[in-house]
Amino acid sequence: MSNIPKDLQYTQSHEWIRRLGDGQVEVGITDHAQGALGDLVFVEVPEVGRLVKAGEGCAVVESVKAASDVYSPVNGKVTASNTELASRPELLNQDPYGAGWLMRVELDSSAKGAELLSAGDYANSLADAAG
Amino acid sequence: MAFIPHTPDDVARMLETIGVQSIESLFDEIPATLKIKSLDGVPPALCEMEVGRLLMERATLDGRPLNFIGAGAYEHHIPAPVWAIATRGEFYSAYTPYQAEASQGTLQLIYEYQSMMCGLTGMQVSNASLYDGASALAEACLMAVRANRASSSRRVLMPRSVNPTYAKVAAAIAGNQDIGFEPVDFDREQGRTLLDALQAYSGQDVSALVLQQPNFFGNLEEVGALTDWAHANGAVVIAVVNPTSLALLEPPGRWGQVVAGKQGADIVCGEGQPLGIPLSSGGPYFGFMATRMQYVRQMPGRIVGRTLDVEGRPGFSLTLQAREQHIRRSKATSNICTNQGLMVTAATIYLSLLGAEGLERVAAASVQRTDDLVAALTRIKGVTAAFSAPRFHEAVLLLDRPVAPVLAALERRGIVGGLDLGGSFPELGPALLVCATETKLDADIGAYAAALSDVMNQSRPGAAA
Repeated sequence: MSNIPKDLQYTQSHEWIRRLGDGQVEVGITDHAQGALGDLVFVEVPEVGRLVKAGEGCAVVESVKAASDVYSPVNGKVTASNTELASRPELLNQDPYGAGWLMRVELDSSAKGAELLSAGDYANSLADAAG
Repeated sequence: MAFIPHTPDDVARMLETIGVQSIESLFDEIPATLKIKSLDGVPPALCEMEVGRLLMERATLDGRPLNFIGAGAYEHHIPAPVWAIATRGEFYSAYTPYQAEASQGTLQLIYEYQSMMCGLTGMQVSNASLYDGASALAEACLMAVRANRASSSRRVLMPRSVNPTYAKVAAAIAGNQDIGFEPVDFDREQGRTLLDALQAYSGQDVSALVLQQPNFFGNLEEVGALTDWAHANGAVVIAVVNPTSLALLEPPGRWGQVVAGKQGADIVCGEGQPLGIPLSSGGPYFGFMATRMQYVRQMPGRIVGRTLDVEGRPGFSLTLQAREQHIRRSKATSNICTNQGLMVTAATIYLSLLGAEGLERVAAASVQRTDDLVAALTRIKGVTAAFSAPRFHEAVLLLDRPVAPVLAALERRGIVGGLDLGGSFPELGPALLVCATETKLDADIGAYAAALSDVMNQSRPGAAA
């Protein structure tokens, strides 16, 4: 069973967001997602200042066998991205909710974001998918 | 002889296993209106002997003319060992070496090829080759737009001094992917792109600038200044180069100064045919591409890397495949990304046999031969050199009468005299692109000059030759 912290929100496409309190959120991919991808060899993060829309591909995580898009769960402007991942992609495997974060986004309150799931709902959707 | 390994019984069993009625029903999702019922215009099958005879007759029609056309494909001497080695079974049958454990020889060859291309271009990383030069440029444009994160315009500046066929192929492939190409005019007197022509775009959002060196007219662009302009304006520089010329010219990786933290072209591509591939009706040739390490994950195609196996022994394997089409599908870095394994094998052997010094001699001899040719032809009344810029091994000549009848008259004398530029560059008037490589002897150049003089004297300007 993968780790799904209670204090975060989730998307069906396996991203998590953490509210930072100052109108900003931190975004990453879930423990389940990193486990499914396997050992990552490269992570491409968005440039600071980029405007992202909910549902838009904003980062790419690459394992030996596949390169997958990460979709922004929110609308807003990228204020920071985790450049440490360029040289240490394994951080995302080791600590997906901490050192493996991907980007921080200043929310655009005028636009409606994607529908977010609670930890419980995300756990249920994983269980359903495993069927 | 049947070349299909499945018997009707096999097919029936397979269909039964997956619960499908017929092979045709596997294609049900394609609307019936799109399916071709029969292939009209395809003649009945011929046996091997008939095909051989037909092609021999067609080949004989070409004769053995003395050839002075370049325009993107160049006649160079190919040492006999090149194809003797390239067609050995160990190389000849090899396709993409997915299975590293079975293909160390082929993988090492591609690795050596990549190293040579990096050396020639002055870039950090080369792929294992692409389809041909024109499609390599199209791929480079797509790559540049992906790589240039600071730009969102998807505008690519395409000087008119770039091979017009390449510009057309790039527009056909990349133009349908929301990339806009904007032509930049060349200077009529010099025959190259001037910095002044780019100034109109200064301060604008431009994703990439294409620079061909030598350009389509054979002239040398002032690539340093143009590269620096592009970097100062946030554009990625795509170099299209002739690999033979790199034996003499500055490698694209060192063009210009350090501007905005970068020096030299960002992506280098071109046609590999001059490196040991014979002229043959347009192909098979091969495209090459190299870039800086920063952009390696945006580069299409495959790369062979050198690594260590579990016991610490050096070995070779394909790397960075995760962005290719069999994995990334529509989001792949390319949906062509074929590599021309056999052509690359020949090119690698060609470069190995010639060495740096040999390639330099080929390049220098080609420059000299073209200078000799231009000198001989411009002594003829009614023939002048079109441009003043320094050149490599091609030149544009202006005639005082229409080019096509002159070329036809030369052809009757066994000489293919060059490419008529009228179709692509009508503003030049009657213009002829000529090329002489190291394959042309004094006697050949003399024969061309005598024939052209003869043709020009027999006909008056404006009259049919």
